[in-house]
Amino acid sequence: MRGAVTSWLLAAPLALVLAVFLVVPLFVLVVVSFYDYDSVRLIPDFVFTNYIEVFGSMVTWRTYAKTFSFAATVWVITLLIGFWIAYYLAFVIEGTGKRTLLFLICTIPFWTSNLIRMIAWVPFLGRNGLLNRALVGSGAIDQPLEFLLFSDFAVILAFVHLYTLFMVVPIFNTMMRIDRRLIEAAVDAGAGFWRVLWHVILPLCKPGIAIGSIFVIVLVMGDFATVRLMSGGQSASVGLMISNQISLLQYPAAAANAVVLLAVVLMMVAAILRVVDIRKEL
Amino acid sequence: MRDVELVAVTKRYGSALAVDGIDLAIPEGSYTCLLGPSGCGKTSTLRMIAGHEMVSEGEILLAGRNVTTLPPAQRGTAMMFQSYALFPHLSARDNVAFGLRMRGVAKAERLRRADEFLDLVHLGPLADRLPAQLSGGQQQRVALARALITEPRVLLLDEPLSALDPFLRAKMREELKRLQRELGISFIHVTHSQEEAMALADLAVVMDHGRIVQAAPPRQIFERPASAFVARFIGGHNVLARGAQAISIRTDRCRLDDGAEGPRHHGHVRAVEYLGAAMRIVVVAEDGTEAEAMLPDSTPPIALGEAATLTWNAADEHALAA
Repeated sequence: MRGAVTSWLLAAPLALVLAVFLVVPLFVLVVVSFYDYDSVRLIPDFVFTNYIEVFGSMVTWRTYAKTFSFAATVWVITLLIGFWIAYYLAFVIEGTGKRTLLFLICTIPFWTSNLIRMIAWVPFLGRNGLLNRALVGSGAIDQPLEFLLFSDFAVILAFVHLYTLFMVVPIFNTMMRIDRRLIEAAVDAGAGFWRVLWHVILPLCKPGIAIGSIFVIVLVMGDFATVRLMSGGQSASVGLMISNQISLLQYPAAAANAVVLLAVVLMMVAAILRVVDIRKEL
Repeated sequence: MRDVELVAVTKRYGSALAVDGIDLAIPEGSYTCLLGPSGCGKTSTLRMIAGHEMVSEGEILLAGRNVTTLPPAQRGTAMMFQSYALFPHLSARDNVAFGLRMRGVAKAERLRRADEFLDLVHLGPLADRLPAQLSGGQQQRVALARALITEPRVLLLDEPLSALDPFLRAKMREELKRLQRELGISFIHVTHSQEEAMALADLAVVMDHGRIVQAAPPRQIFERPASAFVARFIGGHNVLARGAQAISIRTDRCRLDDGAEGPRHHGHVRAVEYLGAAMRIVVVAEDGTEAEAMLPDSTPPIALGEAATLTWNAADEHALAA
């Protein structure tokens, strides 16, 4: 009996924090999403107009399509880059000291804020930026490349830069737990490099890939700052759409949009968890 | 024809010498045990035969073919790893079929063959289980089937029994010997247990500091150990000085003084162990040299600290090389 009370007490602080900072705000969000509003005020009510507008507008569908395409592209690229960085760290590098050092180097970009890391691309990629000047100067091209900045390319580049490490860490973590003798056993059975990768390493890395994918997809789906800054306002994302509605004081519309986005992201996470059992990693 | 031949095989890790120019010939279809204390080079030797380590110098021949630089799968060997190294995400059947899959055997055929080999190790009914759902002994059988399915000419076993409890160990030992006889291939088995080597080996290879100190049938090693190290390592021997010469005498040939003529070791009793079928007593002489004796369990009780003299027939002494 006393044990049960102790357990409840131990769990209470976190439960309280989650209640105050997660459950209550979410509840408010859902409530507000059913409010009515005009240009100056919120009108407490229970109307479905916000949701009807969300689902009825072509803008929503196009924005979701765009956001999904960002998420998919960034996911594929971060997975490819992240997997090989993790592979290099886990299997190619020998020696714990060297591995730790290289791993720390991977985290250096995180010593500064997301915003600064994004802005840092501007002088590099701009019309008169370093890259264009170098290319024009070397005679490789006549005209500066326009697509480098304020474009989907720039958005994806920034996302990949920001989020690849979220893929590296969990994959690296699962790779380090793979018994090296399994690889020898596969080689002994006649597997070459790619077959060891496909039949042994990849299946055993699935939990790490799933966790990394959740990080990246959730971050990209909810992003608004990167898209706004790197696309120069020429591209849209769901997050940006919500942010715009907030700046127009259309809180109920923004809330409805947010609830839909939350549901969509939760479904994506659920889908990933259905495919891969990550419990053994936790 | 010899199944395996090592010619002056040397392995260095940086400046450390793990295996020091060993020569060894393993006859066709034989059971060989590489035996020695940890760090003696036995596992390095096995891994070089398997191709998981490259030799620093020397050559390895399998069935007369030089395989020194070939990758593991092209050597005609298969390895059973210590702690088994089963693929945790594959069922027992898929684990066993793995080697055939890598060799491009069609699915139906390889699963049929996998079931055959699982039957061979009496695991047919558990084919669909994952390794985590199998006991240690069962996992070991899967590992054995997985190694055998590629029909190797030589099976390499790295401490195959060390993870099992003593009862299972004795059972698996019989099973290994049975499989080796039935399949008619060579087994090379690394162990640090002299008991295992005695029980299994046609050829026991005792190693120390990267060298082979004796390679012979177990009976010969036990009856005529080549050095004091071998005599001590295989156990069951007292190593004593006879002037400048070291001699060994089997502990089961020693007896308590019965007044008969012969060499003797006088001292007091330091340990008495009742072992069921026998009694083991340790006698320490004045100068600190120890000798022990395996006495029949019918020996009258003897107390710790009591004066005692061990004696044996001079003919049972075996002179050791320096």
